[in-house]
Amino acid sequence: MDFNHTEDRIMLKDMVARFIADNYGLEERNKVAASAEGFSRDVWGQFAELGLIGALFSEEDGGFGGAGFDIAILFEELGRGLVVEPFVASGILGGTMLSLLGNDSQKALIADIIAGTHTVALAHGEPTSHYDLSHVETSAVPDGEGWIVNGSKAVVLNGDSADSLIVTVRVSGNTWDEDGLSAFLLPATTEGLEIRGYPTIDGLHACEVSLNNVRLGAETLLGDSGKAYPAIEMATARANVALSSEAIGLMEVCRDMTIEYLQTRKQFGVAIGKFQALQHRMATVLTEIEQARSSVINAAGRLDLDRVEREKAVSSAKVLAGRIGRLVAEEAIQMHGGIAMTWEYGLAHFAKRLVMIDHQFGDVDYHTARYVSLSRQAA
Amino acid sequence: MDLNYSEEELAFRDEVREFLASELPSSLAEKVKTGKRLVKEDMESWHAIMNKRGWLAESWPVEYGGTGWNAVQQQIFDDESCAAGAPRTVPFGLKMLAPVLMKYGSEEQKRTYLPRILDGSDWWCQGYSEPGAGSDLASLKTNAVRDGDHYVVNGQKTWTTLGQYANMIFCLVRTSNEGKRQEGISFLLIDMKTPGITVRPIVLLEGSREVNEVFFDDVRVPVGNLVGEENKGWTYAKYLLTHERTNIANVGANKVSLAHLKYIAENQKVRGRPLIEDPIFAARLAQIEIDLDAMATTNLRLLSSPDSVANAGPMSSMLKIKGTEIRQALNDLTRRALGPYAMPFVSEALETGYNEEPIGPDYAAPVSQEYFNNRKITIYGGSNEIQRSIITKMMMGL
Repeated sequence: MDFNHTEDRIMLKDMVARFIADNYGLEERNKVAASAEGFSRDVWGQFAELGLIGALFSEEDGGFGGAGFDIAILFEELGRGLVVEPFVASGILGGTMLSLLGNDSQKALIADIIAGTHTVALAHGEPTSHYDLSHVETSAVPDGEGWIVNGSKAVVLNGDSADSLIVTVRVSGNTWDEDGLSAFLLPATTEGLEIRGYPTIDGLHACEVSLNNVRLGAETLLGDSGKAYPAIEMATARANVALSSEAIGLMEVCRDMTIEYLQTRKQFGVAIGKFQALQHRMATVLTEIEQARSSVINAAGRLDLDRVEREKAVSSAKVLAGRIGRLVAEEAIQMHGGIAMTWEYGLAHFAKRLVMIDHQFGDVDYHTARYVSLSRQAA
Repeated sequence: MDLNYSEEELAFRDEVREFLASELPSSLAEKVKTGKRLVKEDMESWHAIMNKRGWLAESWPVEYGGTGWNAVQQQIFDDESCAAGAPRTVPFGLKMLAPVLMKYGSEEQKRTYLPRILDGSDWWCQGYSEPGAGSDLASLKTNAVRDGDHYVVNGQKTWTTLGQYANMIFCLVRTSNEGKRQEGISFLLIDMKTPGITVRPIVLLEGSREVNEVFFDDVRVPVGNLVGEENKGWTYAKYLLTHERTNIANVGANKVSLAHLKYIAENQKVRGRPLIEDPIFAARLAQIEIDLDAMATTNLRLLSSPDSVANAGPMSSMLKIKGTEIRQALNDLTRRALGPYAMPFVSEALETGYNEEPIGPDYAAPVSQEYFNNRKITIYGGSNEIQRSIITKMMMGL
């Protein structure tokens, strides 16, 4: 056992931290977040030049990382910077689907993703699927060599700005079957796609996608027809490691801001951190953050294990990221008092993102239930 | 980062397993696993077996007869010992006094007492708390007045765990009332057979007798039994409280407790189905398991971190809080898993040799008393509230 990061990963971490400190202030971030696409193509290109997108891909796919700990160390820093660029959408979700399912010509797109010149979004969740990964009603019926697709996709992360979409559809079976799901890679300009983009409360962008008699050629199918579920599960697992790691970075910013505030804000003639009521709440926050960090390490380290062990570790990390993320966000706001309620002070932007992470790819309750069901499968 | 055991660590684990398989008496393991009360002879026999193997002092440096194991090795040993049903070694001499003697004791004290801890000649108990000095330990009043070559000790200690078995006690005593309260405390080693010492048992809420009151009435203690300098005892006391961090989270015992809870939940039936399939129960269980899995990593991560010594205070406090909260959550859920059978309490059923038919399931007898007994763990060793104050004080400078 070894709990130290490799030299390479520490260098990556330092590089991201430096870039964010120099170029990614909160005011600039909020301006970019409010722009039409919700992120900066220019900054995205700089991230690509630094090799940060490539860090999410294996050497085989043209990257230079791709392991659980690469994801973890990068996303922790992205969390500290409250970065809005589409690392999860394009780098993790789109990239993983292409890597696992794409043929050679489809995989050629990975080089463009790594270069930051092309973005991909995964349109999987649906208006009534909640967090259930196998719930897909969007249908594809054969049409000559290709298919005709109809259905709706919900809260697709960065789907409004993506150059390509990966859309999951049901080709056989019932709504909740794992078998019978296919994935298609299509340009965002495909006829019949209706995309309604919007900002999210935590400064990201997502969209609702309607597919109205969308005609897809045979070349758009990713992998074998009806066999996309394992890749969807794996892409989601990697996204959850990324989000849980991002949560650690966010928690640490909230923690540091709150500690400083407790040390400097005076009421009743003393620093409010002198009050035991606040000290003990802060001690709980500090202790629980260490728990969240440990569960992320466990998940990142177990990402290559067999399915049940991998998914249990991922669900564990997401349970703790959700529970502790909410604790840290709420306690940081409460201990600050009124100032934390303002847009300008800054804490709120980290707190909002921290709470919303629980709404991506499964919340505490969903992953608790999932952990139970995985435990039963293992028994 | 690598969460897997190395070849050496796996070999070490095998060595530990072999030792436990061949040396841990099955009757003793059975007592531990079924929650029977251990008697003095049980603890002494395991102590002797461990000493014979040279593994008794897992956290001591090699020069004093310790194992020199690193954090991962100590955790492997703890996991395996707990899983096999080995009793915990009695910590007062081994894990509390010994580190203090090694750091602050005289050469003669080290030479005299460390070997006697290992070979079991001395059974130490701890004289810290007093009726008026609990969380506010520095307010202690038991005083020691110098009289020639002796200190004369008067006062009372309390919560003295297993004091009924001990022949020696290490005590914090007041040697000065000048200046700050913390600067008038000394650390004394006292022979329990000295005239003037009275030990009186305290019966705990579930009927057990593990703690005592110890009274000192003109007890004469040779000045050679002072550890370090007079009036510097508070420094030594704090060192003692933060030093023994390895097992503070009790990861191994928590894992065993979780496994036992699962076993019970698989055997308890609700509407003909195992309780473990009940969704609300299963969710509660999963959340504890998830927390424990993270704590096991927190434990190893913090203990094997290079700056762990500098961070000893807040780290050991975090581990104490988390470890005890998880244990209490496990005890609580185990009690609830039994339903009405949490209620029957035949105290004799916890003694070795009890041969009556159990009331209800055979695993039920010790569950509720363990739940009640373990309310102590968030109180002792510095209550969890004291730990929270330590964390903020050390991490926020407040």
